[in-house]
Amino acid sequence: MYRIVSAIFLAENIKKFEIEAPRIAKKRKAGQFVMLRLEENGERFPLTIADSDPEKGTITIIAQGAGKSTRALNRMEAGDMITDVVGPLGTPSHIENFGTAVSIGGGVGTAIAYPTAAALKAAGNYVITINGARTRDLVILEEEMKAVSDEAYITTDDGSYGFNGFVTQKLQELIDSGRKIDFVLAIGPIPMMKAVAEVTRPYGIKTMVSLNPIMIDGTGMCGGCRVTVGNEIRFACVDGPEFDAHQVDFKNLADRNRIYQKEEKESDEAHAHQCRLSAQM
Amino acid sequence: MDPRTITTKERLAIPRQVMPAQDPTLRINNFQEVHLGLTPELAQMEALRCIQCKDPVCIQGCPVNIKIDQFIRLIAEGDFLGAARKVKEDNVLPAICGRVCPQEDQCEKVCVIGKKREPVAIGNLERFVGDYERLTGQRVDPAIAPSTGRKVAVVGSGPAGLSCANDLAQFGHKVVVFEALHELGGVLMYGIPEFRLPKEIVRDELDGLRRMGIEFRTDVVVGRTITIDELMEEEEFDAVFIGVGAGLPWFMGIPGENLVGVLAANEFLTRVNLMKAYDFPRSDTPVFDCKGKSVAVFGGGNTAMDAVRTAKRLGAEHAYIVYRRSEAEMPAREEEIHHAQKEGVEFQLLTVPLEFIGDEQARLTGVRCQMMELGEPDESGRRKPVPVQGSEFVIPIDMAVISIGNGSNPLIKQTTPDIEVSKKETIVVDINTMETSKENVYAGGDIVTGGATVILAMGAGRKAAAAINEKLMGTTKGFKEW
Repeated sequence: MYRIVSAIFLAENIKKFEIEAPRIAKKRKAGQFVMLRLEENGERFPLTIADSDPEKGTITIIAQGAGKSTRALNRMEAGDMITDVVGPLGTPSHIENFGTAVSIGGGVGTAIAYPTAAALKAAGNYVITINGARTRDLVILEEEMKAVSDEAYITTDDGSYGFNGFVTQKLQELIDSGRKIDFVLAIGPIPMMKAVAEVTRPYGIKTMVSLNPIMIDGTGMCGGCRVTVGNEIRFACVDGPEFDAHQVDFKNLADRNRIYQKEEKESDEAHAHQCRLSAQM
Repeated sequence: MDPRTITTKERLAIPRQVMPAQDPTLRINNFQEVHLGLTPELAQMEALRCIQCKDPVCIQGCPVNIKIDQFIRLIAEGDFLGAARKVKEDNVLPAICGRVCPQEDQCEKVCVIGKKREPVAIGNLERFVGDYERLTGQRVDPAIAPSTGRKVAVVGSGPAGLSCANDLAQFGHKVVVFEALHELGGVLMYGIPEFRLPKEIVRDELDGLRRMGIEFRTDVVVGRTITIDELMEEEEFDAVFIGVGAGLPWFMGIPGENLVGVLAANEFLTRVNLMKAYDFPRSDTPVFDCKGKSVAVFGGGNTAMDAVRTAKRLGAEHAYIVYRRSEAEMPAREEEIHHAQKEGVEFQLLTVPLEFIGDEQARLTGVRCQMMELGEPDESGRRKPVPVQGSEFVIPIDMAVISIGNGSNPLIKQTTPDIEVSKKETIVVDINTMETSKENVYAGGDIVTGGATVILAMGAGRKAAAAINEKLMGTTKGFKEW
């Protein structure tokens, strides 16, 4: 069992947790993730480690309530116990001094991009961060990102804060202004990552994305998280989760992530129904 | 019949006793075990068939050399717990091995009775003593030597790890088993389905190991959470045994394999067995909804049989085995093939898939296949399948399960570069001691051999335990000063 030390909402439906997991805290590197299982009969699901404190023995994860398990996680509070937390898993981000590195986070993807942006900064890069959200209230980690950036931009789809538009527009603007960009990291919804890949492709800018296929064991056994990269089968849990954006078959990832849409809805509804029942009692 | 006075002629006249089983029409609707086990009467009768050879060749046929003649004699005499004790001198998991060992290729294959008649049902008898012990609650726990003060880490809680841990504990060493998943048992839990090996039995055997003082830690991915070097240097383990099993599944490399509805047997079985997807939505993890659908499993091994029979139980209207050779070449146990046939699995033999076909939403709708005929034997000694020109056809299917084998898990290699691995990325060991190229680190099971059987993995675990004990205690008898 793994104790939640603190739990605070960063935005509506997006919650940050510090969890006691000393071994993982000591070992984790930017880009790695943990598999969680909240309770018996719970599913195993991956979340990227946003930060860690080896001295305190804690890791930080940030979750957006999207399905049954992430919603259930977001109802948990400090002091609650998580049945299983396993990690750190996946190959760490490849970090070097590229020169100028742009880190792009879309929505809760900002939380996943943050540790890698911090590592890029520590490696001596000139770090530009672009963090996009639908609207001002959903902007997260603004201060944290600023602290690891040489330039930090916020974009909102509705223009309620920062740059009015998508992260790709901001990126294009930077490229058009003649800035030399050596490396781009993009993490967020699949359409966003695909769009960033298309922006950087003509310029040959090395671009990495962090993929989120469905995982079951997450330790290199079941093969559920296979993705198509450069027309080859790769496994996100051990070969990834970060891959060359220009090689990734995003359509295949999007198609495969829809496999259990019907069941996920059913599970979510069954759970919501039970919550209502227990609330009535 | 009195076991003391029975003549050989009388023994030979007894037919092989049939183990009661669930009717196929019933069992395809549930996940309960197919076989119901021998009753004490049936077991005693079967045991009387053994002629008690002076030189029992069956023992050589067993990878862990169970004293087969002796335990069978004890069953014949009605001393079932004595029989359990005898089996457990060489095999700690009789209830499991009695169920999943390929006895027809091992002990029963060489049984002298089997030359003219059906061999003694050694596997069923082994299962009987394991079950008798558990069901009567009369535990036969092995003796443990006094503590040696030595500490050994076992990585992986599957068959190799558990048998290694058991022997090490009996030698008096402190044993800690590390498991990556949330549940102990490895392939016994995530791979082999409930209807072939009830999980309750695995849990019970694990309880026995706990009573011996073996410590288990789940959620530890050795290589990631802690490395082998850290286990030895920081946690002060004197030796490490690696039994992490096989790794990521192979795919066939044909067009359309990315379609929604094509998955590996490992994933399908993990969802159903480990994550209990058959109980969705009470259990959170879903599995492809097989009800009324057509499912094809590609491959001819035990895992393929497990997958196809699971699909049938999940309600598949058509459940196919698509295999490129004929039934005779199938690596699966005969018993599993027969069970599948009786349960209505359709065998599409001498058939290779050429391409998966999908709809505009990238969902699988069918598989284009080609018929084969058998040519000359290849390097495996099996007759090589050769395509028949103009024989292409399409099977409409909604789900495809690929079951053609596994590669090796790359984590140990990535994180412990001084352990030598083969081209296939399996760990290289000294076959006499199971020691790797890294001193005091041993390995056994599928991570060394590639995909094999439970009992071979257990044999490797035992061999490693003996070698570790010898190494830690020095070659002289008695305990090293501590």
